[in-house]
Amino acid sequence: MNNSQINRLKDKTFNYFGIFCTLIGLVILAFFIGSIFYDGLRRIDWDFLTSLPSRKAEKAGILTAWVGSIWIVIFTFIIVVPLGISAGIYLEEYAKKSRLSSLIEVNISNLAGVPSIIYGLLSLEIFVRLFGMGNSILAGSCTLALLVLPIVIVATGEALKAVPHSIRAASYALGASKWQTVWEQVLPASFGGILTGVILAISRAVGETAPLIVIGALLYVPFTPSSPMDEFTVLPIQIFNWISRPQHEFTTNAAAAIIILLLITFIMNGVAVYFRNKWQKKINW
Amino acid sequence: MKKEKIIEGLLKFSALVTILTTVGILYVLLSESIAFFREVSIWEFITDKEWTPLFVNKHFGIMPLVAGTLLTTFIAISVALPIGITIAIYLSEYAHKRFKKIVKPLLEILAAVPTVVYGFFALTVVTPFLQSIIPSMSGFNALSAGIVMGIMIIPYVSSLSEDALSAVPKELRNGSYAMGSTRLQTAFKVMVPAASSGIIVSVILAFSRAIGETMIVAIAAGQQPRLTMNPLVPIETITAYIVQVSLGDVQHNSIEYKTIFAAGITLFIFTFILNNIGFYIRKKYREQYE
Repeated sequence: MNNSQINRLKDKTFNYFGIFCTLIGLVILAFFIGSIFYDGLRRIDWDFLTSLPSRKAEKAGILTAWVGSIWIVIFTFIIVVPLGISAGIYLEEYAKKSRLSSLIEVNISNLAGVPSIIYGLLSLEIFVRLFGMGNSILAGSCTLALLVLPIVIVATGEALKAVPHSIRAASYALGASKWQTVWEQVLPASFGGILTGVILAISRAVGETAPLIVIGALLYVPFTPSSPMDEFTVLPIQIFNWISRPQHEFTTNAAAAIIILLLITFIMNGVAVYFRNKWQKKINW
Repeated sequence: MKKEKIIEGLLKFSALVTILTTVGILYVLLSESIAFFREVSIWEFITDKEWTPLFVNKHFGIMPLVAGTLLTTFIAISVALPIGITIAIYLSEYAHKRFKKIVKPLLEILAAVPTVVYGFFALTVVTPFLQSIIPSMSGFNALSAGIVMGIMIIPYVSSLSEDALSAVPKELRNGSYAMGSTRLQTAFKVMVPAASSGIIVSVILAFSRAIGETMIVAIAAGQQPRLTMNPLVPIETITAYIVQVSLGDVQHNSIEYKTIFAAGITLFIFTFILNNIGFYIRKKYREQYE
């Protein structure tokens, strides 16, 4: 074989190696998920979804966990959506190129890189102790809202950036004020992008475990919360609790709860991708 | 006009919440760590080789936790780096556009799976599998946790590296082809060097992500702070220690309580430095070709 044939052979080989690497992660993940379905699927029934936790694995259910997760998601949403979108609007539409605005932007990318457990430490001191919220749903939601805030701000910024300047100019030409322009024209036009960011942020919040453990979310909650000041548990923490138990029956419970958590995560991510594609197709300014 | 001003004020306040968050993080970490270092000298914290704050005979050397953190992180990076960069090169130099369009969002799934799920994989699938090959391996170990963490951070490396490769001007690639190079030669001798800063950034950010990862190591790597590079025995990372203390019943203001903030600030310093090196490189080289 001469040199150029060897080079072509190497080139071909790398092609297959590339396909192999691209698929290996996905294949392993598929295998993992397959084994979880194999372990856990038979454990999921109506009783599993509607039972309180229990010392006996076969009687234990995830009622308190998923109700807790829904409370947490609702309050995280209520906090992060107005805050994140407002901040995104300010940085994109209002802020002049000043030291403050560039400081805020650098700061946001820094916050996005802070490990989630650090947010737990922050909330433990500020929300749980200083503000006296205790280990409540409200404290948990505030923690997760701060954690996913950068995602919403960045997504809002990107979506606003994609709205062409001519839309704003036309609105001003008709005598609209700055806020009228933003509220009536720019925001509706960027709705799809913002929605995608919000869904991704909430999906991230649903799966978070570590910061909630740090603020003192409970491993064992024998009641469903009835107010935002109640103590709580969430699905990932329930899963973590079952994983840490030595008995094999609890592993089956963990697998079953993971199926529910994965379904929620995948559906939310799928919806986000769908909106992103739909929105990207629609805007052909 | 007044309404406009009020609205602008509210919007500005929302943006300032991000600054308040950072100030809050620094304040909390610093104030509690300063209280910690009143009782334990910084010298002991850095040089003592044992970390046993929860035992009767207390030692406060952070080294074992840092060693555990770096060990799992290095294992994760040695999985994610070769695979992630190969994926990036394959997608940007070899793959069909349609294949790329399908595969990229699929790869993002790897990063979207909740980490507690990965912890479960590491403990119940990967560890038993590795034990069948290496019988001496413990039930909790750095190796399984590291490998699974590596799979999780593949998309962090591949997606940023692929962006960096796509940003290299077409002329460079065409120039290389015109000289008779194969795709492989073009990729490694022209494209990768030209995109090197972006690729380095992707690795740094993946590194930072792995250092801060909590649930996988808390579930699968163990709770035994140990100054070792042996990936087969139980260890403890900084993050896993914080989880361990949070799960227990620790009195507020006790020295045990303060240790999680001392551990936290160590973690924060690591990730802060890495993230900022990443941002600095990205900013410095971004406009190289424009």
